[in-house]
Amino acid sequence: MRSARYSAVAMILHWLIALAIAVNFGLGLYMSDLPLSVGPIKLKLYSYHKWAGVSIFLLVFVRIAWRMLKRPPELPAHMPAWERVGAGVSHILLYLLTLAVPLSGWLFSSAKGFKTVYFGIWPIPDLLAKDTLLAEVLVEWHENLAFLMAALVVLHVAAALKHHLLDRDDVLSRMLPIVHPRNR
Amino acid sequence: MRIRLSALSLFVALVPAAAMANPLTVDLPKSEVAFVSTQMGVPVDGKFRKFAAQVDFDAKKPEAAKVKLDIDIASIDAGSAEANGEVVGKNWLAAARFPQATFVSSAVKSTGPNRYEVTGQMTIKGKTLPLTTPFSVRTQGTSQVFEGTFVMKRGDFAIGEGPWADPETVANEIKVKFRLVANPAK
Repeated sequence: MRSARYSAVAMILHWLIALAIAVNFGLGLYMSDLPLSVGPIKLKLYSYHKWAGVSIFLLVFVRIAWRMLKRPPELPAHMPAWERVGAGVSHILLYLLTLAVPLSGWLFSSAKGFKTVYFGIWPIPDLLAKDTLLAEVLVEWHENLAFLMAALVVLHVAAALKHHLLDRDDVLSRMLPIVHPRNR
Repeated sequence: MRIRLSALSLFVALVPAAAMANPLTVDLPKSEVAFVSTQMGVPVDGKFRKFAAQVDFDAKKPEAAKVKLDIDIASIDAGSAEANGEVVGKNWLAAARFPQATFVSSAVKSTGPNRYEVTGQMTIKGKTLPLTTPFSVRTQGTSQVFEGTFVMKRGDFAIGEGPWADPETVANEIKVKFRLVANPAK
């Protein structure tokens, strides 16, 4: 029998990754417009962005592993087939994008000639050699994938609110650590 | 007076040529002046695309060897187009005011088989400081290849001033690698 709520581990991973992605998305937008003449802060922000990206990438794997070990609660019975398919597809896409965005950033950084050194201590091997033209293509990919992920997050939030406010089911509350599920 | 003066100038002009024990022709396209900076713990490769080198070296009498290097600061490749724009600025290398960095040797000594050490004066950003670096010499066909690596502190030459002085972001230590491929003078 499946639990009606997500496990504490699943909730922590979900909200931790969600917060990290939101902050890192904003940071990415902000830092890429900064001129280098602002000083060391630009180099610092780029490093923080990369470290956060690597952390998110690793956490998503932990999350997928946890999800495989502990099945999430069932979808509410009232959901029509198209909603179930839509929810399934968008969740798979979100998992893929939370991996693809950091992956594309790592490849872009390598192509640009900047190795990623996690927390300034652990060098992550470069899969690509320095190639400035390829870097220009990869930065577009990194940006577009991030914007696609942002669009899916908006859809994800809208769907959660629709479940909570219109369908009045417990799809949202079962992922909220403090709110207790509605009695249905 | 006039004659004495021209005789003196002739003498002065001839001295450097006479002092050259074994001047070589440096093959610049095969030679390299490169460096590695460390930014937030990340090693970043850089190099100078334009430089001139005079090498006078005879393995039989290395103590008579001489080297002079003139580096065109504006030809720097610091790893990215954005960095190139920044490092020629006045906080870093101030290329407009100090277009060249130079190294002039004052002494060369042998430290082992094909191993040597050169001491000289390094001028960067208008500041001259003594510098010593080991180097090796190997033969490649008819050429001689001079290679060496040393670590300099950018702060000693005020490379990276103001907010950039902070060694936590861009490390003070810059690793310099040089390779000069020289052929017998024609």
